Amino acid sequence: MNIKSPCWFRFQDYLKNFSFALPAILIFSVFYIFPFIEIFRLSFYEWNGITPAMRFVDFQNFAELMQDEIWWQSIGHAAYITFIALTFQNVLAFALALACDREIRMKRFYRIVFFIPPVLSEIVVGIIWQWILYAGLQDGQSIGLLNYWLVKSGLPHLVNDWLSDPQTALTCIAIVHSWKGFGWGFIMLLAGLQTIDRQLYEAARVDGASSWKLFTQVIIPMMVPVILVVVILTILGSMQVFVLVLSMVGQGLGYHTEVPVTRILSAMTGTNRFGYACAMGVNFGVILVMVSIAFRWLSNRMKQA
Amino acid sequence: MRRKIATLALCLLVCCGCAKRQEDLNTITLWHWMTDRQNALEELARRYEAQTGVKVKIDLYAPSDIYSQRIVASAQSQVLPDIYGILDKKEIFASFIQSGFVADLTEEFQKNVGAWEKMLFPKALDVNRFPEGNIYGVKAGIYGVPLDVTNIQMLYNKNLLQKAGIKTPPKTFQEFIAAGLALKRVGIAGLVSGWGEMWMVDCFASNYAFNIMGEEKVMATYRGEVPYTDSDWIKVFDIFKELSKKGILIEGIVTKPNKYAEQDFALGRAAFAFNGSWCVNVYHDMNSDLQYGTMLPPPINENLPMRIWGGAGSSLVVNNASVRKDKAIAFLKWLTEKDQQAYLAIETKNLPANREALESIPPILGEFASAMDLTTHPTIWPSNENGLVIEKFDKGIQSIIIGEKTPEEVAREVQAIKERELQKARP
Amino acid sequence: MAINKYIAERIAKGFSIHLFLILFTLTCLFPLFWMVRSALMSNATVFTDKSLIPKVINFGNFAEAWVEGNFGIYFFNSLLYTTSVVIGIVLIASLAAYAFSRLHFPGRNFFFYMFVAAMMIPLPGSFVPLYRLMIVLGLINTRIGYILCMINVGLSMSILLLKTFFDKLPPDLEDAARIDGCGRLGIWWHVALPLARPAIAVIVIFNSLIVWNEYILAALLLNDKSLMPLQRGLMVFQGAHSVDYPLLMAGLTIAAIPIILIYLAMQKHIVKGLSSGAIVG
Repeated sequence: MNIKSPCWFRFQDYLKNFSFALPAILIFSVFYIFPFIEIFRLSFYEWNGITPAMRFVDFQNFAELMQDEIWWQSIGHAAYITFIALTFQNVLAFALALACDREIRMKRFYRIVFFIPPVLSEIVVGIIWQWILYAGLQDGQSIGLLNYWLVKSGLPHLVNDWLSDPQTALTCIAIVHSWKGFGWGFIMLLAGLQTIDRQLYEAARVDGASSWKLFTQVIIPMMVPVILVVVILTILGSMQVFVLVLSMVGQGLGYHTEVPVTRILSAMTGTNRFGYACAMGVNFGVILVMVSIAFRWLSNRMKQA
Repeated sequence: MRRKIATLALCLLVCCGCAKRQEDLNTITLWHWMTDRQNALEELARRYEAQTGVKVKIDLYAPSDIYSQRIVASAQSQVLPDIYGILDKKEIFASFIQSGFVADLTEEFQKNVGAWEKMLFPKALDVNRFPEGNIYGVKAGIYGVPLDVTNIQMLYNKNLLQKAGIKTPPKTFQEFIAAGLALKRVGIAGLVSGWGEMWMVDCFASNYAFNIMGEEKVMATYRGEVPYTDSDWIKVFDIFKELSKKGILIEGIVTKPNKYAEQDFALGRAAFAFNGSWCVNVYHDMNSDLQYGTMLPPPINENLPMRIWGGAGSSLVVNNASVRKDKAIAFLKWLTEKDQQAYLAIETKNLPANREALESIPPILGEFASAMDLTTHPTIWPSNENGLVIEKFDKGIQSIIIGEKTPEEVAREVQAIKERELQKARP
Repeated sequence: MAINKYIAERIAKGFSIHLFLILFTLTCLFPLFWMVRSALMSNATVFTDKSLIPKVINFGNFAEAWVEGNFGIYFFNSLLYTTSVVIGIVLIASLAAYAFSRLHFPGRNFFFYMFVAAMMIPLPGSFVPLYRLMIVLGLINTRIGYILCMINVGLSMSILLLKTFFDKLPPDLEDAARIDGCGRLGIWWHVALPLARPAIAVIVIFNSLIVWNEYILAALLLNDKSLMPLQRGLMVFQGAHSVDYPLLMAGLTIAAIPIILIYLAMQKHIVKGLSSGAIVG
């Protein structure tokens, strides 16, 4: 082709531009899209995961899933953990970020320390917290540190079997999860706070605004985009929690500590229902996407307001 | 700076690219999940190489649930190693065989008038045997090689019983409850077990189900002929209610993985444990001074025998598609010979699968060995329960222990699932 | 009087803020401290002695854990994987993010939102298809296979962060470079990448954390012990020594120290990177 038309040039240009994104798209297609399609396909089969023969069952897996009380319960549990993470963890992270944003001594030290829990691996966190919350006695002394201190500080009536009491188990897991996660929120919110122009504070102060007014009318509106990012990351992270659950309570406590991912894993390896597990995965993905879209919509509304 | 990064990236790429290797016909690969046996197996592999020139590569995958996932994934992709273990239900074992992933070893076992078969405990081989007319439709034969044997019993801490003034270990369930109450009075927890793992709950319940109603009725339940709401099954559930109500179980038992339960018993935090013979090694590592003995779970019904779970502790199978199949079989045969079995028994304190190697074991393992005749296991039963029903059953027992459901409620729930699954299975 | 009251109020306020911060500092550091403390004890006393500083200090556990756990080779692997994956992600993600932000081609938004959507859809069951795929590609049990998988894990988030960053960058410098005769690749390498340094610092840290602490994919995709990363060594170590708490704690400490060091070295860039536009989009 000798005649290089503008159209040809444009095409070449697009091709070159596209080649920038190509490596990422290639890796992504191979390692994400392909497994994704496979899972989607398998969710229409009844299959034990080993035999070459699979049985196509249409939407039967999904129909069963809709009536699977335990599955919806497990989503409820994840939602509860998410709720604690959203309120307790993020409010705390915000408070700490506000405190560290001021001109105070040892600011850098705090900043380093608060991000240490997220740095640790879930194995380490699980083992240590399991020890802190351990129930049971040795030589008349509590083994778990929490119970030990409760006795020492004169509150023996509060001693509890923290991880095996359905009233407290899920909350304990949620708190440990929040403990491990609040550093993320802290660091992002702190970064957001630092982008606020100091002159705004000065101006507000000159106008005679109280700290509370400054907080609600200057800081919060400026921080809305960052808060939304933190909220969405918290939701996605908390809904998918499972390593922590397994390392703290194993398969125990009836169905009180089941979360979606542990249900998927037990359908896959415990009862050998591979297709059903894939249907659970698809269903879970749809729920998360819906939540994310809802938040995106909400954030656009708030930005406009 | 950026140029440095680019160079580094290139170097790393080269470094990573060098890892490829060619297939070697003289190297057998073995996959297993037993963290405690890795060193002993590697040592045996070295000896085998010195003797025969065949190299054996021992790959360990822990924890066991990751191992199982890997085996399933490899089976689907047809890249199983020469030797591996199947850690799953008999039904899944059957699926592996039917899909052609497991070599039929019957002929090998029966060679020379069954020399290899006679060497090993029959109970251990039963786990790997599919009898004539089995419900899975697998061709009758032996499909796996037991490495060691095991059984799961009750253990008691001698010093703690003495402290509570209990002279002899309890013989009946009533005595057991009484002992538990006596221990409680002196501030010692009664029973510990890893009931945060569902299969251990299942094992304990199954022992008592056999004792209360006998094997035939349990099997009839699995076939769907007897409902779980039957009074005998309620009795099984009631055991857990009683143990929990009287405060005989250690705190937090339903969320305890077995490794924590073992720690509790070894450190004297509970007087009784329900655990398998592998515990000898664990307790020895933790607290070599621990004074303990074994006993059967104390029976509730005197008219029927107490049966305990046991059989092959860990079995290995040979990949039927492997080009090194013969070499793999030869290695497994060598591994079950007397000397190697004795070495494994001493190093890992597990009961050997080879009967001649029994002489070299510590006395406490002898106690375990003497109960081998009473063992039974889901893998040798003529019928098996559906996985979903088992899950409901075990989770229901956990609910009884934490006191949120009554035995009757759990029985109804389990039966509801059972009926649903029976309905589904009907064409 | 009035001044004194003002000063007293300020001191009280400062004091309460510090009290609040120190309280949380303690909860963050305590588990870490407890881990190191327990690693220094012996198995006989570890569950009974609850004093903060053990009476008998025993450093032997660290040496024993290092040898028993074979941490040397795992260490090397983890370092190799972490550096390779992080460099890979920075290069690939910044190329893609630059394209999504500055260059035009059909389907640009579609591809970008595909990456965003992937962040939201977890694939807990994807290991079997992934494993099969790796075999077909001949990447099973190779370093490069594991590295590519891990690059994929961190890719979406990194692209998102970098794209928001590039979007906010003024185009003046790039225009200047274009006038000087720089091509697209040249602008990316000489202008965009150096400018994106704060955002890259964030990506480096976040991805290092992910790779260093990952073990499930490693156990699934690698066979040889000589290829396994540190966390997998830790799992095996935990299985073999779950009963010897001081030794286990020593192993945990050994595994946690390098990532804490990486974090300490990089931490001053995190807040700067984040606040310079990576998340404030």
